[in-house]
Amino acid sequence: MTQFLRVAWIVMRKDLTVEVRSREILYTTVFFAASCVLVFAFALVREGRPMEDAAAGILWIAIAFAGTLALGRTFERERQTETLRALMLAPSDRPAIYVGKLLGILLLLGVVELVLVPMVALLFNAPFGASLGWLIALLAGGTLGFVSVGTLFAAMLVRARSRDVLLPVLLYPITIPIIIAGVRGTVALLQAVPDEPMARFWAALLVFFDVVFVTLALWTFEPLMTE
Amino acid sequence: MSVDFDCVTVDNLSRNFGRRRALNRVNLTCRAGEIVGLLGPNGAGKSTLLAILSTLLTPSSGEVRYGSVTAIASGAALRGSLGLLGHDLYLYPELTARENLEFFTRLYGCPDVSAVVDAALGRAMLRERADDLVSGFSRGMRQRLALERALLHQPRLLLLDEPFTGLDDASGQALVARLRGLRDDGRIVLVATHDLDLAEGLLDRVAILRDGRLWMAESSSASLRERYRDAVAVARA
Repeated sequence: MTQFLRVAWIVMRKDLTVEVRSREILYTTVFFAASCVLVFAFALVREGRPMEDAAAGILWIAIAFAGTLALGRTFERERQTETLRALMLAPSDRPAIYVGKLLGILLLLGVVELVLVPMVALLFNAPFGASLGWLIALLAGGTLGFVSVGTLFAAMLVRARSRDVLLPVLLYPITIPIIIAGVRGTVALLQAVPDEPMARFWAALLVFFDVVFVTLALWTFEPLMTE
Repeated sequence: MSVDFDCVTVDNLSRNFGRRRALNRVNLTCRAGEIVGLLGPNGAGKSTLLAILSTLLTPSSGEVRYGSVTAIASGAALRGSLGLLGHDLYLYPELTARENLEFFTRLYGCPDVSAVVDAALGRAMLRERADDLVSGFSRGMRQRLALERALLHQPRLLLLDEPFTGLDDASGQALVARLRGLRDDGRIVLVATHDLDLAEGLLDRVAILRDGRLWMAESSSASLRERYRDAVAVARA
């Protein structure tokens, strides 16, 4: 287990070092997500009054789109240099490589969400601060579920010619329950009186999805990555 | 954590990609302390064979035995005894030479990371450029660095796909000397190459692949060039 976590840590640290140096994925995803929120704000906010529950939907749509972009770019980098093969050659459990990539993308999306949440709160008058703990729980659960499936698919598609098209086509139908749970949980928090029991229900559902998706990904990563 | 062995046996190995058969019942044995050349025209199946030997690709039929074990039986432990230098060099251009080597040294679980990395940088003749980004390196410099990357964990079986690409004469000769040193150290070295000038003086045995079939496997000799040309000519006919 120590060896597994050590390898995951090494891979994550390498991904973050490369990203800190290039800032390619971070800038792209932040600008894309911010533009998305801004466009929706112009469409859905009239005279300072946003459409009901729009903030929750916009927040999660922006996370999903930005996440897809980050997933694609992370593995495109490995494809260009064929370094994914070198990672697969390491004398360690191959799922540890998956966990390392997963953690790197999670951290990256965490930074994107740090920008997105205040932006959505500001543009859509969304009182996220009232139940910040539950919002963080929903975002953590939803992001983990989305990225756990996305990392597996992005790694699997790294050699496919139409990978840019196939990734969203495969990813969105499977992660729709996660996004819906995230949206419904966030809507519950945005009521005049935050409905915390309802948010707790959706957060618990997200934990369930996370356990299922992470387990399935760990189980299938090695056979899927062996050509 | 690694598996040790003194020979690699390829037994009746075939690999299909859809309808195309890339390897067709290939049999080959490589022993510790020899350099085996894998020659053949483009598309003959050399890279496919190296990918299977490195466990990155599974065969459609047949098997590879590393001593007495197979890839399926030994998994991660076996990969600790394999080193691969592919046609792509498996280096991160955004990292420096030192950072690349440190990353792979840690990934392979080698002890004393800084000593291993310093020694590898010295052998790659890149000590002065150790802290430069790999994106600024020439192909030859990358090639030397990639070779040392493949050797960081001192693998028993070293698989090299066109290792002389981009190397100048001095670096080419240094590589030949390095490979001879590895052979004398008891490693198994399998080299896929088109460079017959270098191959003639280096290889102990050659295997020529043609259309996925092993055409011949015998001791390297001065007539290698002639035989290779015959094989390619027959393949094109």
